[in-house]
Amino acid sequence: MTSEEVSLGLAPPRPAPWRDPKIRGAAYQVLFLAAVVGSIAFLIHNMLGNIGRQNIATGFGFLHKEAAFGIGESLIEYSPADTYGRAFLVGLTNTLYVAALGIVLASVLGTLMGLARLSGNWLIAKLAQIYVETFRNIPLLLQLFFWWGLLNQAAPPPRQAWQILPDVFVSNRGVSFPVPVASPVYKWVALAFVVAVLLIVPLRRWAARRQAATGRQFPTGWVGLGLIIGLPGAAFIAGGAPLALSTPALHGFNFSGGSSVSPEFTALLLGLVIYTGTFIAEIVRAGILAVNWGQSEAAMALGLRPGQRMRLVVLPQALRVIVPPLTSQYLSLTKNSSLAVAIGFPDLVSIANTTMNQTGQAVEGITMIMAVYLFISLAISSAMNLYNRAVALVER
Amino acid sequence: MVRTLMNVRWIRLAAVLAMIGGLAAAKPAIAGETLDKIKAAGGFSCGVPTGIPGYAQPDAQGVYSGFDIDVCKALSAALFGDPGKVKYVPLTAQQRFAALQSGEVAILSNNTTWTLTRDTDLGFDFAPVVFFDGQGFLVTKKLGVKSAKELNGATICVQPGTTTELNLADYFRSNKMEYKPVVIEKLDEAVAAFFSGRCDVFTGDSSALASIRVGRASNPDDYMILPERISKEPLAPVVRHGDNQWHDVVDWTIYALMQAEESGITQANVDDMLKSEDPGIKRMLGVTPGMGKALGLDEKWAYNEIKAVGNYGEMFERNIGAGSPLKLERGLNALWTKGGLIYPMPIR
Repeated sequence: MTSEEVSLGLAPPRPAPWRDPKIRGAAYQVLFLAAVVGSIAFLIHNMLGNIGRQNIATGFGFLHKEAAFGIGESLIEYSPADTYGRAFLVGLTNTLYVAALGIVLASVLGTLMGLARLSGNWLIAKLAQIYVETFRNIPLLLQLFFWWGLLNQAAPPPRQAWQILPDVFVSNRGVSFPVPVASPVYKWVALAFVVAVLLIVPLRRWAARRQAATGRQFPTGWVGLGLIIGLPGAAFIAGGAPLALSTPALHGFNFSGGSSVSPEFTALLLGLVIYTGTFIAEIVRAGILAVNWGQSEAAMALGLRPGQRMRLVVLPQALRVIVPPLTSQYLSLTKNSSLAVAIGFPDLVSIANTTMNQTGQAVEGITMIMAVYLFISLAISSAMNLYNRAVALVER
Repeated sequence: MVRTLMNVRWIRLAAVLAMIGGLAAAKPAIAGETLDKIKAAGGFSCGVPTGIPGYAQPDAQGVYSGFDIDVCKALSAALFGDPGKVKYVPLTAQQRFAALQSGEVAILSNNTTWTLTRDTDLGFDFAPVVFFDGQGFLVTKKLGVKSAKELNGATICVQPGTTTELNLADYFRSNKMEYKPVVIEKLDEAVAAFFSGRCDVFTGDSSALASIRVGRASNPDDYMILPERISKEPLAPVVRHGDNQWHDVVDWTIYALMQAEESGITQANVDDMLKSEDPGIKRMLGVTPGMGKALGLDEKWAYNEIKAVGNYGEMFERNIGAGSPLKLERGLNALWTKGGLIYPMPIR
């Protein structure tokens, strides 16, 4: 307001405090906050009281006690003599493993299917559509039971296992396959791979600068591929090419030696990938369709080849539509992995459930599950947000 | 729709959360409150297994019957003179403890093994043992195994959250053997996985194994239970710690069933027994008053429960013994006078 208005007495009179919207708003917020905090405090106080009266143990001390139960599959060393904390860690790594693998595979499958639905080939487009409409509309839990049942019922017992490749056996105990015997050379091979990947970044920068300056293109793709295969290969040969394999062989009830994946893990991964893949396919399709056809026409007019058109013009614009909903799909895939408990894969929830039941400390167990999923989800979410910021259209 | 489909698993978590919420919101339990509440409500909830033939199994109409069910019926009859005042809540091995802790059920009659940590850390109290069991191994005869000591390397189906899971790990550790557990929460799924050949062995209480072999196998003769019993499994009803009056009522309801068998009182002759001159029988059946009042129950409490389900022996034979498809021997579960462990405390 201007000074004239004040001097003319045109400013509205200050309302009474209980009518002032600002004061009223603040008062309501304080009241609401007090009610929420109060109820939570009351519930916690009451819970602690009840737990104390019933002599239920509390605290996280149980994590250091011996777990004394077995776990079927684990990425880290575990025996029943280890602690509940260790068992929890086994569950966490299993969950992260299946979620990470699932996210990668679902993205690949979803992208392929999304592109296939846009294909000019009638058969490919229809097949992709049938895939999406079928698997998107069947509950995931049923799909898990289906894959698991299929793997259990269709595959023979270990003694009559199918040998699908030399030393690769399929039975209702899972797929057993040979793995190289551990050797220090593999560490160097892995290191060489990382170095190759790191070398590609400056290579691409240099190629882009050179193209901008001279107009000459550099075959970055082929050179990069050569690096990625060549460097680890050289390390492998320099290390003496240790080719010793540990092969699975039938001993008693089951295969020993080599490595294997269980039907539970396979069923869970299949279910998650195929189910989430349908949603990702639709997201990819929507993202590409969101880019105006005129953009493609303009790219063609500039003489870009179809691959370049997709990579340089369409995808960068499609990604900003694709990435936010894709993040949600990654989050739900991770959370859906907790359905593992239904088919007996020892994920985080399954092991936490067992722990809660053996120790009776449900409050602590649930708190830990919630904290872990919250943390994983926030981590995925912030990683995707960073990526989203990188691909978002910068308006000038 | 997508969201509801995605979150099936979370519904169960939510249920546990709700139970914790119940724990938080429940009023403080004062001794004697459980009984008063049950009397005021005119009924109570009883946590039972989701389905073990002979112990607790719903029929085609969804009506539960079995040994565990009869324990609840006897309690209902003792409290209300009517065996039908019970709401049966089927609970998996994993759900049962949270359900009892939070007060969703007043008692578990759920083939629960009595252990030290359950009695202390979990905040429970155990009623008298109603079934003395031991853990065993169910295998297909095709496996050609005669003893549990030959199970090195076997894949074993087991239910989570049970003492079974722990005993299994202990047994293989102490015998320096390896095994691969397949842990499935729902009994039906676990049993189906065993019969489909996913596991070489199914392990559980030997009574439950007998029940599964007879009740679920397409041809029971293809399967056998290995001779080893690797654990003691005293199965007893469970109540919350801290309400002694309710605990007393449950204890003596069960002792009365056992005492009835010892005294020769049956469902058929209980009316005639009212005329008995035996002072012990007169006290128990309420002809000489006093016992009911001491428990806070009707003087006819024991009469009513025997009238409803018969004595302990009758319950056993009808559900899991000679009169049932399971044909379990009385064994350890015979009366102490016949060489077993069933020993009711004196009702006086």
